[in-house]
Amino acid sequence: MLSESEIHAIDHEVSLVPHKKAAVIEALKVVQQHHGWVSDEKLEEVAAYLDMSPAEVDSVATFYNLIFRKPVGRHVILLCDSISCYVMGYKKLYEALHEHLHIKFGETTPDGRFTLLPNACLGCCDHAPALMVGEDLYRDVQVQDLENILAQYK
Amino acid sequence: MPTIYIDNKPYEVKEGKNLLEACLTLGFDLPYFCWHPALNSVGACRQCAVKVYKDEADTKGRLVMSCMEGVKDGMRLSINDQTAKAFREQIIEWLMTNHPHDCPVCDEGGSCHLQDMTVMTGHDYRRYTFRKRTYKNQYLGPLLHHEMNRCIQCYRCVRYYRDYAGGDDLNVFAAHNHVYFGRDKDGVLQSPFSGNLAEVCPTGVFTDKTLKEHYTRKWDLTMAPSVCNHCSVGCNIIAGERYGELRCILNRYNGDVNGYFICDRGRYGYEFVNSENRIKQPIIRNRTGEAASEEELMRSMGTILTHQKLLGIGSPRASVESNFALMQLVGHDNFYQGVSEAEAYLTRKIAGWMQTGSIRSASLKEIEQSDVVVVLGEDIWNTAPMMALAVRQSVVKTAAAQAAQKTNLPLWHDAAIKEYVQDQKGFLANITVAGSPLDEIAAHQQCLAPDDIARLGWAIAHELDASLPGVSNDESLLQQAQAIANALKTAKNPVIISGITCYNESILTAAVTLATACHAKVGFALPECNSMGLALMQAPSLEKAVDRMQREGDSFTVVVLENDLYRNISATLVDDFFSHCRNAVVIDSLHNATTEKAQVLIPSATFAEGDGTLVNYEGRAQRYFQVFVPAEGIIKESWKWLWHLYLLKMQAGNGHDHYPNELLEKLESVLPQFKGITKSSPPRHFTIHGERIPREPHRYSGRTAMLADRNVSEPKPVQDNDSPFSFTMEGFKGLPPAPLIPFFWAPGWNSVQAVTKYQEEPGGSLKGGDPGISLFKEPTQTTPLVFHEIPEAFAVRHQKWLLLPQYHVLGSGELSSYTKALQELSPQPSIALSAEDLQGLGVEEGSSVQLKINGTSCMLPVKIQKGLPKGIALVAAGLQGSPVMSWGEWGKIDGMTNGGE
Amino acid sequence: MEKPLTQHINLQQPLSLKEYEAKGGYSAVRKALKMTPQEVQKMVQESNLKGRGGAGFNTGMKWSFVPMGENAPHPKYLVANADEMEPGTFKDRLLLEGHPHQLIEGMIVAAYAIQADISYVFLRWAYKKAAALIRKSIAEAYEAGYLGNDILGSGWSLQMHLHTGVGRYMCGEETALLNALEGKRATPRAKPPFPQISGLFGKPTIVNNVETFCCIPHIVNNGADWFKGLSKSEDAGTKIYGVSGKVNRPGAWELPMGVTVRELIEEHAGGMKNGYKIRGILPGGASTDFLTVDHLDVKMDFKSVAAAGSRMGTGTMIVMDDATCPVGFVHNLQHFFAQESCGWCTPCREGLPWVERILLSIEKGEGRTEDLELLQMHAQFLGPGNTFCALAPGAMEPLQSALKYFRDDFERHIHQKGCPY
Ligand SMILES: Cc1cc2nc3c(=O)[nH]c(=O)nc-3n(C[C@H](O)[C@H](O)[C@H](O)COP(=O)(O)O)c2cc1C
Ligand code: SF4
Ligand code: FES
Repeated sequence: MLSESEIHAIDHEVSLVPHKKAAVIEALKVVQQHHGWVSDEKLEEVAAYLDMSPAEVDSVATFYNLIFRKPVGRHVILLCDSISCYVMGYKKLYEALHEHLHIKFGETTPDGRFTLLPNACLGCCDHAPALMVGEDLYRDVQVQDLENILAQYK
Repeated sequence: MPTIYIDNKPYEVKEGKNLLEACLTLGFDLPYFCWHPALNSVGACRQCAVKVYKDEADTKGRLVMSCMEGVKDGMRLSINDQTAKAFREQIIEWLMTNHPHDCPVCDEGGSCHLQDMTVMTGHDYRRYTFRKRTYKNQYLGPLLHHEMNRCIQCYRCVRYYRDYAGGDDLNVFAAHNHVYFGRDKDGVLQSPFSGNLAEVCPTGVFTDKTLKEHYTRKWDLTMAPSVCNHCSVGCNIIAGERYGELRCILNRYNGDVNGYFICDRGRYGYEFVNSENRIKQPIIRNRTGEAASEEELMRSMGTILTHQKLLGIGSPRASVESNFALMQLVGHDNFYQGVSEAEAYLTRKIAGWMQTGSIRSASLKEIEQSDVVVVLGEDIWNTAPMMALAVRQSVVKTAAAQAAQKTNLPLWHDAAIKEYVQDQKGFLANITVAGSPLDEIAAHQQCLAPDDIARLGWAIAHELDASLPGVSNDESLLQQAQAIANALKTAKNPVIISGITCYNESILTAAVTLATACHAKVGFALPECNSMGLALMQAPSLEKAVDRMQREGDSFTVVVLENDLYRNISATLVDDFFSHCRNAVVIDSLHNATTEKAQVLIPSATFAEGDGTLVNYEGRAQRYFQVFVPAEGIIKESWKWLWHLYLLKMQAGNGHDHYPNELLEKLESVLPQFKGITKSSPPRHFTIHGERIPREPHRYSGRTAMLADRNVSEPKPVQDNDSPFSFTMEGFKGLPPAPLIPFFWAPGWNSVQAVTKYQEEPGGSLKGGDPGISLFKEPTQTTPLVFHEIPEAFAVRHQKWLLLPQYHVLGSGELSSYTKALQELSPQPSIALSAEDLQGLGVEEGSSVQLKINGTSCMLPVKIQKGLPKGIALVAAGLQGSPVMSWGEWGKIDGMTNGGE
Repeated sequence: MEKPLTQHINLQQPLSLKEYEAKGGYSAVRKALKMTPQEVQKMVQESNLKGRGGAGFNTGMKWSFVPMGENAPHPKYLVANADEMEPGTFKDRLLLEGHPHQLIEGMIVAAYAIQADISYVFLRWAYKKAAALIRKSIAEAYEAGYLGNDILGSGWSLQMHLHTGVGRYMCGEETALLNALEGKRATPRAKPPFPQISGLFGKPTIVNNVETFCCIPHIVNNGADWFKGLSKSEDAGTKIYGVSGKVNRPGAWELPMGVTVRELIEEHAGGMKNGYKIRGILPGGASTDFLTVDHLDVKMDFKSVAAAGSRMGTGTMIVMDDATCPVGFVHNLQHFFAQESCGWCTPCREGLPWVERILLSIEKGEGRTEDLELLQMHAQFLGPGNTFCALAPGAMEPLQSALKYFRDDFERHIHQKGCPY
């Protein structure tokens, strides 16, 4: 069941658009904020709540790369792999992360702490390479910074 | 008409069309994928590119997608331009990068739009050297097979399933070159129109799963034009056979009737033809060795026919020819409709009104093109599914037309129109007893008891014409009536739809009065494929036959034609009927409760094994043709048997052959209401350049070998003396007249998309006019049909329930229920009540209740029907094992404790 | 040198509404409300402001296609495109994080000019800080009566909401963005009809880039001629330019329209890092053609960059140095584009992954000579008009120019069966 606070947040989004369906992305975000990802059950609940079919909701959900339809770790690392970070050596960061966490892009550490995902340009090309952990942005990241960064996330 | 220049030659084209439609209409071969005449343009696949030039001086031009560009007078374009050709070939190469090389094992092979387009563009060399992407397939239920790797991402499936048919459990998932078409999880596709995906998908992603069970390439099928047997709409179908087995049903385009689509009952209901339960031989009971030869049968029938009085029971699912032959055999006065009194009465009423010409029936196309639809009482989703699909199109198209008018957007610009339309809809008022899936798109939707539906109808009529009687003192009713009347007032092409399954005459008279008041066309759904044809014969009902038997005693031999009487009236009555008759001769194709009563049982041909004519709900007489000769040569059309027996009885014409046309001519002279029926198809002698029309495509294979396990010498092909078709691949290769199209094929077009070559224009009429002849004349002078008796409002009765049937699109058809796949999808017999009534009875949903009426009783599990008015019980009807009762009467219900007594 | 857009930028502590008002903020709203909507439109059109989102269409002209007057459909919508996902682009972030009220003021004025009723800021997911700031600023603007019903007693009302995305570069394409806002898959729409006629929820809609909106208050306050006078070239105003790559001071700066590539790299970005030389330049984001050292004196305005064979795009350039492999560089771009294709039209959906794989195989030393033909073919056939939207044509720009300028690099990879870098 959608929790009260989820429903409250979804209702707010619904109030901003001309018809319920239009709030579906927002509703999925709400669920993801609460649970980290969007499970089949939650997806079906969102669908029922917005008078949509699960297929319709999943069609939207699976289009967007930042709606997670599989469980993710407690912290999602989004490593920018776009052009400026490429020039400035994001690959070294990737290798270091791989060495450190033993996960590749798309994988989650066995302890459920981190999921590592590639992400398109984070819009800090002047401070490349960049990455985000959860909602926190790190810029001009050097391999030696990684350990300190990761240590903040339990 | 604008003139456009294609490769420097001028052509006149129709205004408002896009270039692709224009080119296809002119006969050019221009490849396409995402465009479909029923779905319009979205410009996704980029396959239909042509060059367009600014003016004569422009030599460079620019590539445009022809489906996304409207025709303009003086426009210059090139199909043959080198860049355009190269680009189109390139599109195929791109599509092929991930497409498997599995044509030999693909069910679509040989009738594949992708194959055709690949050849058309000339792509024949693969430069892509990387791995293909692969997908997991889904289980989609017993009707469709899913093979996602073959997908070329044209988006047609979702556009058909969601936008056209209104389904919500198929969609597109993910993005970039991982897009996936299917359900959110494995499971049965819910739309009863899902089977069309097999034809809509241009490749082998969605294919007919029942065909897979006995797979045959389309080019190896023996095919004939046919008409669906499973409801009164009369959709045109192509039936295909190989090795003496019916293999599949495909849509047969008819611009006036079903267009490009059919419902799942029609597509998948064919397997009764191959059923174990078929009657394959004459049977004479109560003797040693019941199976009889034709001679034995005739000898025995000879005695019966000369010495006994005959009484014939006709059938709404048998052809006009067969019913008429029976009438001839038993004599006009001894011929009875094989349906209940209530059904006979109501269908005859409808047929009578139609015959006066005072009301005109709407074809499916006219329903699609109507701007306001009012449904009174009939759950057409379940009783006339394609009519419901047409109503959906009316709702969608009306909104689209309004958008086009406001914005100057061309109607073919599908996505733009939809975006502008948002959730605006055309006007549909769907007034039923228990609701229907059409409610979702209805502007006005309500569940009422039958009498109240009639009253609402009257109230609307009164709003439109104050001289008509009004329904007083019901404020809420009047408000609703006003809303609906307001919509009807502005309508240019309104349609009123109703039917008989409420078993309420007032609904029909209200519908007719309403139609008269707003000059609407009507669509009255009837129970069976030839209900209208039978009604036009104006014979008394089955109960009347029972009465007569009871009165006149045991001297009659009864001949029952293709009719399980136990499905029409209560078992007690039928038992009584048979107990009175001296002899029962039953002609049918499947064993059932009635055939068990037969002393003589005669095997009749199914629709696939014989010729005949059916009259659909609108009075359209349509011919169906024999697809194949059954292995048991003794199986014949009922009319053939009956005509034989007739001649035997008259002791005339031994050795004389009898043909459908002959019979229809006779029918026209005996029953003038059938005048014109002979013209529903060219006569049996019809040839083109002296050639017959082949039932087999010219690529038909294995002819010399397919029977070699039995006999190495190839048998002489069977002669068909009844129709203009040959049973071979030889014959006329061009376009046959529209009623005689056995399959769609044109050079370079092996898929169903070849239909374009048979049409005046994509989505238009077949060349020479769509098949079918209306038996109802244009009115010369019309006396308006107006009635005046308004029923009292429905009143709940103490401890009694008004019994009404609840049909289900997949399951309620008698013949179609013999298809395994449909059986799987059929609901179980049950009785439905309002939540309040259930509470009143003190029973829980799912437990069994006892239903008593007229001294009989049965046990049924009970369920809650949302919206159902109090005091009404809906009994699942027509299912295998569901009880038959006098609908529209009142019964008692006793709650039982769970598990029953 | 005047820097109207960035003069109040403060990345540590952006101006609150009160502080902004103290510096003359929201005076453009007050001024515009005294003008007729048509007068505002005309002023913007005369200022020759060209859209800063990449395509460079005259903004006032764009607005003029919106149906006006009593019979115009309502609600009308106005959307700020703050999706900024073009690789190499980071200029809107500066405006969003440094001075959100400027954007909101610009949007209000623009909304007034087209008589919009509802407006949205479509912000990409990653801009968390911007999201918080915009939310706060919108609330302040409501509070102060610049948003909401009957704004400053004018009788005109405007609602404004923040919508944050959930990924996908396609959302930046204006029609796909509208689909995303409607809660649908962000696939693009065919034009015509243009959003001005049938946009968000089928209603008249204007979508402009963040930077475009940020110019509006200044034009209204100071006039069209003043705005034109800011520029060193035909194109009016200032522009936020940016440089990333191995330069000494990567960053973004507001400069008069028409500065040269050389000025940007050498003066503002402090030149190349020690030991690196310029090999190529993508002048305005990932979907623009390469320029080379031969183009250093090209002026960064729409016309001049086009004359040099590329596009001004977003005006934020990426410098490719001589130690970076052009094949790997272009592969990275194509990987991005293939990944971000929405999957709607064939050439983009199937063509881009093919290009990406060819480039990868060349980079790995598995390339064949005929691969260059295949790349060329894609560059030709994925051009404008052939695909449904501008994503694939954009993707082909760096590819086709790389094949032109760095062909020897491709050939070396193929002949040496490996990457020489
Ligand atoms: C694939 C693609 C991505 C785009 N991304 C953006 C973007 O992130 N931000 C933006 O302002 N414009 C983007 N655009 C351009 C928009 O479609 C649109 O032209 C622009 O928002 C109009 O604003 P303007 O007139 O102010 O430039 C993109 C275009 C394409 C084809
Ligand atoms: S499944 Fe068939 S209809 Fe659907 S997108 Fe793929 S090829 Fe087209
Ligand atoms: S048929 Fe025209 S783009 Fe698909």
